[in-house]
Amino acid sequence: MEVKAPVPQVPPPGWKDFKDLQEWERYHQERPEDDKRSNALTQIAETVHQFPGGWIVTASVDKVLNWARKSSIWPVTFGLACCAIEMMATFASRFDVERFGMVPWASPRHADLMIVSGTVTIKMAPMLRRIYDQMADPKWVVSMGSCANSGGPFRHGYHVVKGVDRVVPVDVYVPGCPPTPDALMYGLLLLQEQVAEFEKTGSRPEPTPPRD
Amino acid sequence: MTEGPLGAADPRLLVRDRFGLEARGEPPHLTVDVPTDRWVEFARFAKHDLGCHYFSFLTAVDWKEAGFEVLYRIENLDDRRSLTVRARLGPDGAHCASLTDVYRGADWMERECYDMFGVVFDGHPDLRRILLSQDWEGHPLRKDYAVDTPHAPYR
Repeated sequence: MEVKAPVPQVPPPGWKDFKDLQEWERYHQERPEDDKRSNALTQIAETVHQFPGGWIVTASVDKVLNWARKSSIWPVTFGLACCAIEMMATFASRFDVERFGMVPWASPRHADLMIVSGTVTIKMAPMLRRIYDQMADPKWVVSMGSCANSGGPFRHGYHVVKGVDRVVPVDVYVPGCPPTPDALMYGLLLLQEQVAEFEKTGSRPEPTPPRD
Repeated sequence: MTEGPLGAADPRLLVRDRFGLEARGEPPHLTVDVPTDRWVEFARFAKHDLGCHYFSFLTAVDWKEAGFEVLYRIENLDDRRSLTVRARLGPDGAHCASLTDVYRGADWMERECYDMFGVVFDGHPDLRRILLSQDWEGHPLRKDYAVDTPHAPYR
């Protein structure tokens, strides 16, 4: 009788097996192509769409889904610098973004939107990327203030990422240093308009490559 | 004003008697240039004899070809006196004796100085980077550090 040698069980690598955070992130970014999309759902949608007159159904379902998405955008509270004070003012009672269905939530797993409010340093960028990766699709990013847009007054410093769009894809840029709550609210309304036109989960732009 | 360890004696005279150095400036705020080999000795003297128990800060200046200058400021909070002590490290090799044996507060200040200027403090118990990440290359507050030094993957 043939005796088979036991197949060695390799445990999945834990974070201690990696040299640094970048290597760990690289490991986790290698996801399969269709990971973000549900194949069954896509097939059903395609079938209905091919049916005569089916586009009426799909379009209206899209409309309803996007209406639901845009009226309950939950931003994760991610304050980095003085812009966070204006962001808190926007969340608070005077400006009250809860009118738009935005509930500031302290967990990336429940959030749809990340408002990057403040200076992103090179040391902070991997953590920002990790929080972004922890958010469930579909997800959006608002870059708030000069620092997050382009590095701002610290652009020529040694430690600042020159724009958060080098780390995560950004949907709306809000200028200002810091932007007033009105400006941020206008940016959030623009984002709602974008979400209303949202079509596909998964097809997201890549971060802007660094160039100087 | 209370009496210090040596009464109301003029610290300038004490510095001249003990070290043969001239302290510049007006009495409440003095500046002393110390040779590198008497760096720790002077700190011990200033702490115990001049009563400067409060270590305010330690930093460095990059004078390009002339080398680094390390300086620290200590204060006598009872007599409201302060002392700025400076030392030139010379053009080659940014090495300096550590003050951690005398002042505990010098620990993180020297780590920051090492982080930003690359001044190596001999005898420091734990000389690592304190603000920048451990894999950072170069020392950013040096004059020869290029601002656009790349740091993969974000810049």
